[in-house]
Amino acid sequence: MPNSDLPAAEAVGASTSPSATQMEKEPAIAAASSPPVDEDTVMVEAGEVQAMVEATAPVAEVPSAQGQAEADNDMMVEIKQDKKSEIKLEDLFEGMDSDDDDDFLAAANPLNAPAPREPDTHDASFELLRIYYQRFFPWRYMFQWLNHSPVPTNDFKHREFSLWLHNDAVMRYQSYTTSDLFRKDVIRLMPRRIEIGPVYTADPRDRKTFRNSTAFQPMAKELCFDIDLTDYDDIRTCCDKANICNKCWKFTNMAIKVLDTALREDFGYQHILWVYSGRRGVHAWVCDKKARALGDQQRKAITGYFDVVTGGKQGGKKVNIRRPLHPHLSRSIDILKDHFQQDVLETQDPWQTAEKADALLQQIPDLGLREALRKKWDASPGRASTAKWADIDALAQTSASAALDPKDLLDAKQDIVLEHTYPRLDSAVSQKLNHLLKSPFVVHPGTGRICVPIDRGNLEGFDPLNVPTLQGLVTEIDAWAETEGAAAAMAAVEVSEGGGGGGGSSSQDVKHVQDWEKTSLKPYIEYFRSFVTALMKDEREVAVKREREEEGDVDVKVESLDF
Amino acid sequence: MNRIDVKRRNVLDHRKKQFADPSYKETQYPHRLNFYSTPPTADITLEQFEQWAIDRLRILAELEACSFRNKTPAETALHMKPLLDKYLPLDASSSGHSQLHAQRQKDHYSHFILRLAFASTEDLRRRFTRVETMLLRLRFQADDSRERAAFVRTLNLDWEPVSEDEKRALSPQLATTIGFGYGKRAQQVLDEDWCKVDWMRVPDLVEGRKVYVKAGKAYVPGREQQSMVLNAYTKRLEQALELTARALPRLDEDDRLTPILDHLSKNFITPDASYTGAGAAIEGAEMTARNMDNLSQHFPMCMTHLHRSLRRDAHLKHFGRLQYTLFLKGIGLNLEECLVFWRSAFNKVTDDTFNKEYRYNVRHVYGDVGGDSNRRGGGYSPYSCQKILTEHAPGPGEAHGCPYRHFSLENLTSLLRASGVTERAVLQGVKEDTDSQKFHMACNRVFEHLHRTEIKRAKDEGVMTAAQLETIVHPNEYFKRSYLLKNTMDNKQKHRGADVKMEG
Repeated sequence: MPNSDLPAAEAVGASTSPSATQMEKEPAIAAASSPPVDEDTVMVEAGEVQAMVEATAPVAEVPSAQGQAEADNDMMVEIKQDKKSEIKLEDLFEGMDSDDDDDFLAAANPLNAPAPREPDTHDASFELLRIYYQRFFPWRYMFQWLNHSPVPTNDFKHREFSLWLHNDAVMRYQSYTTSDLFRKDVIRLMPRRIEIGPVYTADPRDRKTFRNSTAFQPMAKELCFDIDLTDYDDIRTCCDKANICNKCWKFTNMAIKVLDTALREDFGYQHILWVYSGRRGVHAWVCDKKARALGDQQRKAITGYFDVVTGGKQGGKKVNIRRPLHPHLSRSIDILKDHFQQDVLETQDPWQTAEKADALLQQIPDLGLREALRKKWDASPGRASTAKWADIDALAQTSASAALDPKDLLDAKQDIVLEHTYPRLDSAVSQKLNHLLKSPFVVHPGTGRICVPIDRGNLEGFDPLNVPTLQGLVTEIDAWAETEGAAAAMAAVEVSEGGGGGGGSSSQDVKHVQDWEKTSLKPYIEYFRSFVTALMKDEREVAVKREREEEGDVDVKVESLDF
Repeated sequence: MNRIDVKRRNVLDHRKKQFADPSYKETQYPHRLNFYSTPPTADITLEQFEQWAIDRLRILAELEACSFRNKTPAETALHMKPLLDKYLPLDASSSGHSQLHAQRQKDHYSHFILRLAFASTEDLRRRFTRVETMLLRLRFQADDSRERAAFVRTLNLDWEPVSEDEKRALSPQLATTIGFGYGKRAQQVLDEDWCKVDWMRVPDLVEGRKVYVKAGKAYVPGREQQSMVLNAYTKRLEQALELTARALPRLDEDDRLTPILDHLSKNFITPDASYTGAGAAIEGAEMTARNMDNLSQHFPMCMTHLHRSLRRDAHLKHFGRLQYTLFLKGIGLNLEECLVFWRSAFNKVTDDTFNKEYRYNVRHVYGDVGGDSNRRGGGYSPYSCQKILTEHAPGPGEAHGCPYRHFSLENLTSLLRASGVTERAVLQGVKEDTDSQKFHMACNRVFEHLHRTEIKRAKDEGVMTAAQLETIVHPNEYFKRSYLLKNTMDNKQKHRGADVKMEG
């Protein structure tokens, strides 16, 4: 894991002016008193932003910064309690489990979390995060994505957001009536992570006003999948735990291809967004209207449909499937065959050690063949997996006992291919309607990478180690200002004004260049935009069609009368 | 078709209506099976009311017990046959049985009586739906195929038949879903009655990859249509029970029926929820965090494995923590000690991480924090074998679940050997049990083997009654019995030793 994991402080030192001054100020007081200082600045800022919020929305709050700070604290406490009282045990775990080990590992891994420097990196990344939310985060498309229409609907208004703050409090059940309010609240609170929950039957903020629980229920959410490379630890040879490299990233490519194809062909879904999770996995968001309305039982069913590699670490044989192969599985094997040859056998070399080779032998159905292979491999230690794989067929011709059914061998080989290539899903994420999942375009707190969407059409071109990072974006925008600055002086001035004042909305000027367009974030946001546009178009057509069906006859008559 | 508006004739002058008793057309039962969409209307005696309900309840309780014992469908059918014949006989229309109408009426009425008894809480409703569905499945399978088809036709389930052309075009894909082995020919596909439904309507078939799915439609072969019928039944019953529950408070009733109904719902004892967690501490056992390594000799294999994994990795994944914490709570480890236990076990994480990510969950399990209902109920009750066997099968890197069910044979054997089970006969027995999916039996077999001397002595001396030695279906019961057997026996011996000494 190269430079993208540099501690934030170093990357920042050479970059922007505002954060650089911040950096100079901070170390002096950092060690002893940084938490209170930190909090003060946040609260003052919060007050300012709050004032703006008040101007636009009728929110009754204490106006002074101090009062605001207190009010905020109260709110936080209340929210913490909410969380405790509202959530059932399993829901609670759900919110955490997808990434709790992730964070735990982050703390344990010296590369990713420079523990001794925590105070500086924390403040610096905090400042960078503010810049990111103000200037880069694609608020508008996020809104359209969740809202499915240009005008705010209940799809957005009743959607739960949960914000993970820097003091590790989690604010659940947040909701916003417009994208602007969402943006302002995020900038005020500066969450290090934003999660997206379901659309409820009513505004999540009003949930306490309903006497019976049936009136407040989750109604819809994208069908989500989570693939995490730690689940591949027993078959990856290059990395383990939270680490990844381009070699083992291939596993996610295989997973995406298999899932994407099945979701499209078998289940008929079209709007599938793949998002890099920021460290070592990908998330899928299936956004079709039908998929969003699925209930828990159906989500469980679809997860089961995709579940092939099973069993705990003691489970022994991992793939246990019926024959003849279900069409979904035979198609998946067709997709995965080539990957198995290249990305697994050649790149991963999974049966290099005697121990691993032995595990492979256990899956060979015939004893005679097993012994012959063992003898051959013991004779030439270090034989490559590709050769070992070829040996199976070669020796099956000569030394297998007569009892070996070629079908059994084929089945065993198919099982092995699936074990090493077939997607391994974190099923908890997909099964429950009310499970929260990290939003796209959030910054991963451990790596600083942006959770960018992955273009299904260009999987091979995606490099997880090279996605835009928080620090990188700021550097890029400064570089842009220098090079393009002379040519587009006007635009640059405008931008810095917009950025500083917390505005930067798109409606200002026709010639206005968005900040994200000046950075490597551009292709990702453009891809997201086209995805959202297609989704909204579909959604609109459905709505229009329904309207027509309802009023069709009347309309026709009226028109014909006109003529 | 039984429709309420058809049946309920208004034969009165509308001005007199409110003073008159309603009169109903007598219910006809054309089919053996019933979806129970029409409530009964005729009068029955109080004795009948109670007796019919009790008879049906017997059947349902027995069915539930079968599922808890992990009996296969075939075994269940075999087990239930004599009971059904005795308490709730239901003959085919073709049998020409003279009691046909009486049988069906009893079936019909008893179902609705139990609805009243079990509509009150969500838990009861869920269990009632579950066992009623099991009963219908049992009868559905036993039904004559022609009568069954006739019954299904009356249900008005909108299934789209698959045309011959489509069958032919998809035959390679369809063939893979209707049988084992490679020898299925296109002809078999064409012979089968396929129908096409939204995949959302047959989630269990999709989950098991038992049907071909294309563009959101599931292609269901004739024989699997049972599952769709049962799904429809479950759904309708759930809705109906919900309505019943809402109407219950306004039940226009004197005090004749309510006691009977109360009595009925109390008698529906739950084999799986019977273990009350807190306060189950065993006298004399030292329930502290540091004594856990010592006590782990009394744990069943599932917990032994969790304990060892925890000691080895200094970490357990989420469901492992949940299963183990609940078990510890069940054996009487209090919250403070439990927190001490987890804190010291997770010795690779910092205090901060522990407090942030794990402490709250442990407290939640104990009902120390959380919503009102959680706190009032004292948190969650320890998982029964049933729950461990059926929910959340362990994934890669997870250590929870039931070793007899979720381990491969080699791993199970080595775990058993490590726990002191080395006799070939026992291991062979365990293998046979797990092969036939009787995971309880395997666990009980191991228990009996490990405690053979104590059990023998307990039986000889009559210390424990036969009831106390029946099949274990809860990990906490395993622990309790193991601890009691080892210790009371030891104490006895000590006492005897003391007596002897005194005499000497």
